[in-house]
Amino acid sequence: MFDKLYKVVEKLRPTFSEGGKLHAFHSLFDGFDTFLFTPNTTAKRNGVQIHDATDSKRTMIMVVIALVPAMLFGMYNVGYQHFLATGQEAGFWATFAFGLLAVLPYYLVSYIVGLGIEFTVAQWKHEEIAEGFLVTGFLIPLIVPINTPLWMVAIATAFAVIFAKEIFGGTGYNIFNVALITRAFLFFAYPTKMSGDKMFVRTDGTWGWDNGQAIADAFTGATPLGQMATASESTVQLTNASGQALSFMDAMNGLYPGSVGETCVWAILLGASLLLFTGVASWKTMFSIFVGGGLMALIFNVSGIDNAAANTPWYMHLVLGGFAFGAVFMATDPVTSARTETGKWIYGFLIGVMAITIRVLNPGFPEGMMLAILLMNAFAPLIDWCVVQANIKRRLKRITVK
Amino acid sequence: MITFKLKKGLDIPLQGCAAADTMGISRPEVFAVVPDHFAGITPRLSVHEGDRVKAGTPLFHDKTHEQMNFVSPVSGEVLAINRGDRRKVMSITIKADLQDEYEQFDLSNLTDGKQVKQALLKSGLWMFIKQRPYDVIANPDKQPKSIFISGFDTAPLAPDYTYVLKGQTSALQAAVDALSKIAKVHIGLNAKQHNVELSGLKNVEFAEFDGPHPAGNVGVQINHVDPVNKGETVWTINVQDLAIIGHFLLSGKVDLVKLVALVGPMVIEPRYYRVRYGVPVSYVVKGTVHNEVPLRIVSGNVLSGHQVEMDEILEPTANQISVIAEGSDTHEFMGWIMPRFNIFSTNRTVGSAFLCGKKDFDFDARMLGGRRAIIVSGEYDKVLPMDIYPEYLLKAMIAGNLDRMEQLGAYEIAPEDMALCEYVCTSKLPVQAIVRQALDNMRKELE
Repeated sequence: MFDKLYKVVEKLRPTFSEGGKLHAFHSLFDGFDTFLFTPNTTAKRNGVQIHDATDSKRTMIMVVIALVPAMLFGMYNVGYQHFLATGQEAGFWATFAFGLLAVLPYYLVSYIVGLGIEFTVAQWKHEEIAEGFLVTGFLIPLIVPINTPLWMVAIATAFAVIFAKEIFGGTGYNIFNVALITRAFLFFAYPTKMSGDKMFVRTDGTWGWDNGQAIADAFTGATPLGQMATASESTVQLTNASGQALSFMDAMNGLYPGSVGETCVWAILLGASLLLFTGVASWKTMFSIFVGGGLMALIFNVSGIDNAAANTPWYMHLVLGGFAFGAVFMATDPVTSARTETGKWIYGFLIGVMAITIRVLNPGFPEGMMLAILLMNAFAPLIDWCVVQANIKRRLKRITVK
Repeated sequence: MITFKLKKGLDIPLQGCAAADTMGISRPEVFAVVPDHFAGITPRLSVHEGDRVKAGTPLFHDKTHEQMNFVSPVSGEVLAINRGDRRKVMSITIKADLQDEYEQFDLSNLTDGKQVKQALLKSGLWMFIKQRPYDVIANPDKQPKSIFISGFDTAPLAPDYTYVLKGQTSALQAAVDALSKIAKVHIGLNAKQHNVELSGLKNVEFAEFDGPHPAGNVGVQINHVDPVNKGETVWTINVQDLAIIGHFLLSGKVDLVKLVALVGPMVIEPRYYRVRYGVPVSYVVKGTVHNEVPLRIVSGNVLSGHQVEMDEILEPTANQISVIAEGSDTHEFMGWIMPRFNIFSTNRTVGSAFLCGKKDFDFDARMLGGRRAIIVSGEYDKVLPMDIYPEYLLKAMIAGNLDRMEQLGAYEIAPEDMALCEYVCTSKLPVQAIVRQALDNMRKELE
């Protein structure tokens, strides 16, 4: 069966090759060709004659697979919050279907815009399409508020892909995490649209289903971090969307308002275990983020700073908002993270520290994870530089010792 | 004796290890010497077509170091001098006599290092001496601080030197005695496999190494015992070549014969062959390999060797020929998601990583992925047991930043030391080619 498919691909190849009618789409053709069949180009005359069975496609696809549990739960949660907000009863499948339909347009927009730019640039530079956007495009719908207008997501994605990635040279050369730049763009370009209580809950319908429903009286759409930031008292009882108290286990289970992918810590941990088991993400980065974040939150707990975020127990900080999601999927992006093993410890630790610091000390931003990671993205090369410099000093010392 | 335990590295489980058995090969009528086998030299011919030569008679010498001869491996008549573009000498062919006559060298008074050096330069055996930095044939004008020999090879299907060196203790001792007049001689031993031919040698400093490939690489051993600093030179010699030098010192004759292991999954009966320099690859490979599929013949091991054609002359430094399938006729469907239990990997995204150490694999030459920018971090670090940041060194090399290369340890590195980095690279970077080019460039700029 595959032989037949291979013959079809081979038959089409001349059409897309230099001089063929559809040469303008050769990067698209190459993309599908290498997706279907592993290229059988063999090693050069000089250099290693055999290669390891892993490649960039496989690495990237592992991250996508790791994100699937968080995505599926997120879809269910979108439906759950919607029916809670509109005060309706809905079964499991209806809830999930609503969420699926609500999230799907974001995936379409993210991939069409992002991959469109990637294909165009690859075509223009005569390069193979790099797989980086497969992951970025999968992340974007999971981190933007579910009520964001689609055109804003389109503009933000285009901005991030072009200005955070392509102008640096494409996948592997970017300084900042592309998905986070998309989110940061939204928050800084459309601040009025990105604030408010109902931002993280789908109050309107989707695809014409359930449009124009009234919001139930008891419903409050504020995220736990939003509640912390706007609390008037110095301690706050965090609640879920229907006003019930939110315990540590509730936060782990994730049925509360927030970005699509970030609420359920169990789903994130499932993804994390795949990334750590396969070695795709660095356990050093992940671990040190939780250590840094936990330690900083603990310091605030006892520091005497008297606001709601500072008084929230340290373990709650680690499971609320985007902390776990950012630690597992965002900060571990090898391109924008520190690249030396020692550097990863420092990089991760500082992300944890910064994220909690922003949460507690900056009233303008309830969530500090995005800014903490972007900030440390900028500092990662400096951290690595210091680590490498130590190696250079050791080498120089060797001469002087004699 | 110090033992260095190395944790980083990787043993590649390739099928087709050589049995302890040696065969001869038929003697070709025509032998050939290829100047390109001696990297970094410019040949100036010493013979003309029709000249009679003996085994050991100079055929050409280096332009910059006139005393550095390259000699004929057989006795006979110079048949032709083949030239390529811009009259570059491609090869010198010699119609061989049925029985070799040897040039007799006078070695009666090798009392100091200078005379040893002269004898090696004159006899053409200098080609076996390489230097760090740059991993090229040693510059005879530079005094080395030490001479390193690795007593074992950890590369995939590498020759077993306990077998290859059997009975050559006296030759090895003669070579070591002579070389120790030039500089201190270090030999790296395998902690896991005792080599009686080496361990009894005198005038030598030993160190033991225990670990996966590249523990047997001389560069790794130098890095642990006596690293190369700026301005210093270290010589390296392969241990079988050391035995050839030893035989020359004992007999006064140049006999460029060595055991070459023919190995790999496509070889019918992997074993050793006694090969004289100047013989085409086909004399070893023809009829001894499976040829139902396109083959890749590699001079050297599959990590740091290079592809050769059947009619090419095997270079004098080759100790093994590896034969694997080319793999160009394989069309793997959706390889990026298939579990791949049959293609070896160290990466746990691939099924076969869980079989590591349980079975041997028949590798082919496919790249198994497209070239990308460097994405994954920390891959190279796991397979280079040296105090060097390979990724940063490589980036400095790509950028051509000589200062940075120097600071990051380029003097200590040879392409072969970073071969495993190239093997594991997710982005399929041509690591060794980058290192080779950078070292050549560095040598040109700094010497």
